[in-house]
Amino acid sequence: MIPSIFEWIWDMSHIVFMGGLWLSLVTIGTGLIYCIIRAVLDTINKTAEPHFNE
Amino acid sequence: MDNALIPKEVKRCPFSQFIILLGPVVGVLLLGVFAMSLVWLKGLNQTNMNDAYGFAAWIWADLTVIALGGGAFFTGFLRYIIGKDELKNIINYAVLIGVICYSSALLILGIDIGQPLRGWFIFWHANVHSMLTEVAFCLTVYLGVLIIEFVPLIMENRQIDRVPFFHHLGHRMHEIMAVFAATGAYLSFFHQGSLGGVAGVLFGRPFAFREGVFIWPWTFFLFTWSAAAVGPCFTMLITRITEKITQKKLVKENVIQLLAKISGWMLTTYIIAKIIDTWYWAAVTAPSKGFTLMDFYSNNPLYGIWILVVEIVIFGVVPAAILIIEKGRRHPILFITAVVLAVLGVCLNRWVMVLQVMAVPVLPFEGWPMYFPSWQEIATTMIPVTYGIVFISLAYRYLPIFPQEQELNPMGQMGPGEQEKPSILSDRKLRSAET
Amino acid sequence: MRDEKKYGMVIDLDKCTGCGACMVACMAENNVPFKEDESNKLDSITWMRVYKLTNEKPFPEADICYIPRPCMHCEADHGHSPCVSVCPATATDYSLRTGIVSQIYSRCIGCRYCMVACPYHARYFNWWDPVWPSDMEKYLSPNVSPRMRGVVEKCSFCFHRYQLAMDKAFLEKRRELKENEYQTACAQACPADAITFGDLNNPEHAVQQLVRPDRKNGGRTKHPRAFRLLERLGTNPKIYYLSSREWVRRAGDNYLKKENKTLSGRST
Repeated sequence: MIPSIFEWIWDMSHIVFMGGLWLSLVTIGTGLIYCIIRAVLDTINKTAEPHFNE
Repeated sequence: MDNALIPKEVKRCPFSQFIILLGPVVGVLLLGVFAMSLVWLKGLNQTNMNDAYGFAAWIWADLTVIALGGGAFFTGFLRYIIGKDELKNIINYAVLIGVICYSSALLILGIDIGQPLRGWFIFWHANVHSMLTEVAFCLTVYLGVLIIEFVPLIMENRQIDRVPFFHHLGHRMHEIMAVFAATGAYLSFFHQGSLGGVAGVLFGRPFAFREGVFIWPWTFFLFTWSAAAVGPCFTMLITRITEKITQKKLVKENVIQLLAKISGWMLTTYIIAKIIDTWYWAAVTAPSKGFTLMDFYSNNPLYGIWILVVEIVIFGVVPAAILIIEKGRRHPILFITAVVLAVLGVCLNRWVMVLQVMAVPVLPFEGWPMYFPSWQEIATTMIPVTYGIVFISLAYRYLPIFPQEQELNPMGQMGPGEQEKPSILSDRKLRSAET
Repeated sequence: MRDEKKYGMVIDLDKCTGCGACMVACMAENNVPFKEDESNKLDSITWMRVYKLTNEKPFPEADICYIPRPCMHCEADHGHSPCVSVCPATATDYSLRTGIVSQIYSRCIGCRYCMVACPYHARYFNWWDPVWPSDMEKYLSPNVSPRMRGVVEKCSFCFHRYQLAMDKAFLEKRRELKENEYQTACAQACPADAITFGDLNNPEHAVQQLVRPDRKNGGRTKHPRAFRLLERLGTNPKIYYLSSREWVRRAGDNYLKKENKTLSGRST
């Protein structure tokens, strides 16, 4: 899964497969962190948004 | 009792009735959990699997629920990437069904492996050439995506929404949902395909083996295509069942019709591809290994050629024809027939690609081994169904799953027959009266 | 760089009497677990299994043949054996140095995908933890680790013997093994001398002289008595069978009717 594991080989299969995986994980992780940071800032700044159920 | 948690302006049955009606389902669920515990504690000798049937009922269930859960990725793809805005009214439910299907699939995989505590080896010591590795990776990450897609809905619960941070978090996640949906579609394309690849790459099993493009056998594309076609059918079927049980219209007909039309064309193109694949396999691939088509469908008590005819014609051509013709999909009985047949079709296809692959003898001097699951396998396979019912019931009760529910069921008006037929999800009283 | 080896076997079915000594030797050598009741062959472990075939003809043409079946240690034309490429956790490996397909028991997660992929049913799952009769544990081979419940196992060509032989050769400052230094338990136990084991790439080894496999063509042989099981699948097994009877040779693969499948056999 990571290059430090002994069976890791720097070949095309590993680069494409693991590259795709890590790209997905980074995209999801970045998106989540962005949402959390913005939500914290919104909470601190008391940004007014209509509640879902209102 | 739980009125404070129920969304505003919608009706739900009394809490006591909810619990009583859910009781039997939870009972069956607990039986499944007991069977699952037996397998974990005593091992796979609790099953009727054997060395001829290395893959059996659970892998079939796994492949099936993932295909049926495909409604989440494909509806998400249509909603967020293609821009079919009407589908926002059913995407919540598609995601909910997806979460249930994918979490069940992962659970089943955790039960099915002989050394569950080593499950993480798939990730850590991954063999990138194995289709199963791709399945495990994409399935796990996609379940994460589905949970992310589902979280904003949880944030919309009346009480959770009161907490400013959760409220803002829900909004922010909504804002960039297209990014998550795109990632989910990308992951789904690969893991749905890889599940097809699991069988298709078996060059030692002529019944399963298919040629293909680059590293992907044709089954890779057929599985992705069939999941995209039938997943929405399953979403629509569960929606209809929910509407029947709650005796409410929950999604407007134009939304269902749009999804049915797209699903119909997907199913049509899939079944054409499937027929071509079957012809090439029967005429070229299998004979090159010394097998005729009928070698796979004779000399055994179960697997006759009828199974191929039923899968392609009854469960493929017929529902596809109904769904692409406007009159067909608008006719309530024909519509429900079509989605049921399509769902059965994908169930049968996955059965064939798992169980029949195991049954067909390859060594010329061996016979057809037959298999019937043990009660532990059956009870465990029921977990996704019972757990799904419980999950949907809870989500429907406490979350605004259907954005059009209020509009379609204005407070103070009851559906026909609602007074006479109590149901697990519907309400006898106006919730405002309770509060 | 040293020339790679391809260890393999030639089994002369004209000599095999079906005595089962190879099976017994294999189980003893490799600590293969067994059950009290071994009658259900679908969940019992036999790294080496002897099939009994019959030509299904009435007397006086009735004929039988015994086929011992270890792991075929395949290496298909595209370099993959059916089982190795599918293992998600890299728990089975194909050695380019020896041509042996190995199984790493402590790595196996028990998904059984390799069993599904193997057309020879040469892979077995440990449905139970191994239990030996009292005191029998003292007779287990210390060179082979017993397997736990929930993992797959299979014939290893007695790989521990290869390791011991290589250790000995290394101490004697040698890099190459003599033919008799590394032999499998089944080959040594066969009283009819039906099993020959050695390096299929080495012209000095009996296996190479017996079948003369074409190295550039997946190890195929032109020997008129030789065949391999399911050759048409392209798995390129490293187990060669010899038989003077045509129906036995044809029983090793699948044929279309137009290919005149008149002499196929069936196991009993």
